[in-house]
Amino acid sequence: MDSSSPVALRTAADEPGSGDVTIVRSEAIGRTAPGSGSRRWQRARRASVPYLFLAPFLVGFAVFMIFPLIYAFDLSLYRTKIVGGKSFVGLENYAKVLGDSSFWEGVRNVLTFGLIQIPIMLGVALIAALLLDSVVIRGKTIFRLGFFLPFAVPSVVAALMWGYMYGQAFGPIAQISRAVGITPPEFLTSGTIIPALANISTWQFAGYNMLIMFAALQAIPHELYEAARVDGASGIQVATRVKIPLIGPAIVLTAIFSVIGTLQLFNEPSVLRAVSPTIIPPNFTPNLYVYNLAFTNRQFDYAAAVSFGLALVTAVLSSLVLFVVYRRQSLR
Amino acid sequence: MKASRGPASRSRTGRSDSLLGNGFMIIGLAYFLVPLIWLALASTKSNSGLFSSFGFWLDRDINLGQNLQDLLARDDGAFVGWMRNTAIYAISAAIGSTLISALAGYGFAVYRFRGRNLLFAIILASVFVPATILAVPLYFMLGQAGLTNSLLAVILPAMVFPFGVFLVRIYAEQAVPEELLDAARVDGAGEFRIFATIAFRLLAPGLVTVLLFAFVGAWNNYFLPLLVLRDTDVYPLTVGLFNWNALAAQPGQAQVLYAIVITGSVVAVVPIIVIFLVLQRYWQHGLSLGSVKG
Repeated sequence: MDSSSPVALRTAADEPGSGDVTIVRSEAIGRTAPGSGSRRWQRARRASVPYLFLAPFLVGFAVFMIFPLIYAFDLSLYRTKIVGGKSFVGLENYAKVLGDSSFWEGVRNVLTFGLIQIPIMLGVALIAALLLDSVVIRGKTIFRLGFFLPFAVPSVVAALMWGYMYGQAFGPIAQISRAVGITPPEFLTSGTIIPALANISTWQFAGYNMLIMFAALQAIPHELYEAARVDGASGIQVATRVKIPLIGPAIVLTAIFSVIGTLQLFNEPSVLRAVSPTIIPPNFTPNLYVYNLAFTNRQFDYAAAVSFGLALVTAVLSSLVLFVVYRRQSLR
Repeated sequence: MKASRGPASRSRTGRSDSLLGNGFMIIGLAYFLVPLIWLALASTKSNSGLFSSFGFWLDRDINLGQNLQDLLARDDGAFVGWMRNTAIYAISAAIGSTLISALAGYGFAVYRFRGRNLLFAIILASVFVPATILAVPLYFMLGQAGLTNSLLAVILPAMVFPFGVFLVRIYAEQAVPEELLDAARVDGAGEFRIFATIAFRLLAPGLVTVLLFAFVGAWNNYFLPLLVLRDTDVYPLTVGLFNWNALAAQPGQAQVLYAIVITGSVVAVVPIIVIFLVLQRYWQHGLSLGSVKG
């Protein structure tokens, strides 16, 4: 340390003083506490304070998260037959899930859905976020609000609304097609249902993801890309070479949440299934399958095993996303 | 290189960038808003008007008043009950889960204690748990507790809001200075008094964000109410509208119900959109918190 500096001298002179203060204070506490027993009691009370703050949440978490998980796992180890009742079967239900083509069909559907929907949605979100962060757009508040607004619409209403818009009877797309003399496109057929659902989810969540990316962009210090701009980099070059790499973690976050959300697809197909049950079978997505196994077929134990199968697929795919991202990063 | 082409060409690429960029945003805005505009226009039409008029324009007569009357009268006023249920459910779930998250998030931010990191990791990991795993056990548990068919069956599970704990923790780490807490301790204030009188006020903007997310989540929730509520008079809006829509799709029923379901959808969305617009700055606030640490 440079002892000739007045600042350093002052700090050095202060230190013993502040030390004295703490010593005095701890002696004072020692004197007021009458015995060592109550002192230990006080220490225990102080140690319990953080747990008291957490207690309401942890009680709820235990009752509505941990306990149901254990309950579901226990359930999945049994099989109930009409004749003979409930019997322990170990992991037999899980073996059955592995060979259950109805389950894997649902998994294939949501994977197809995800492969179409996630890149499009995150691509739109990223371009919009970069534009909002750039100098070329005017009226940013309107765009930000307008893009994000669908997030506030309940997914049941979103699915109802798009279901009507897709419809042949009074759907505006069919109306316009007829007006210009072309055959109205069919959206709710087995070949088009996945893109039709992908569109509903993109409509609902692109703005939400845009805001997450936009918030990350706003957190980048300006100096980091001012330098590139002074060097003559165009806006697009700054965006692709500087900004996108810097908001990498935010993009990964949106990707992982999109994977989780995709695998759990339920509300939208459930609403459209009521309108076109032949196009959306009861096992169209894994969650729909679990719901129908449990609440239509009353196969609660097998439904529990299937839902754990889905959790496993979710965990594997999410870690795959992380693995791919971080391996690429470490190569760079 | 672009710079060597000179200022003239640079400003030209700038203009085409801006044209492309604005074009993208305007098309995007249309994509996100047009369906809602269509829904609003559709709610002003009678059932026959829906079929006979163009979707993006008004019909000759505005039928919104009649639609609202029909909506409120249908099934002995079921819709009013659903609206009330949704309001009770969303308000109590939002307030309760925000307070619980505030306590827990603050606890994680301010204290060092044994098991802190492990507990927080477990809470965060719970976002990977599919809702369906919990669905079957919750159905049985709530049934055994005699809560099926009561609003408590949807309110109580909604109290557990891990994302809220995460947001409050991050917010508290930024907004509650440790020196302030130490000063209050020296003055002899107890930990809970410090939280209630000092920290709570500092946390308020972050808590509004959590409240907003919890409220929208509860208002829009469909899966859990669908499972645990059996009687139509305890339904929230989402499940009620779903049922009417399923009914409308059945042959012979269709005509009468379309206008009612569409008008009901609009009525269900209006409150949440108003809240969304009024409190819009808090959204962005919460999302930026999440992304800084996330």
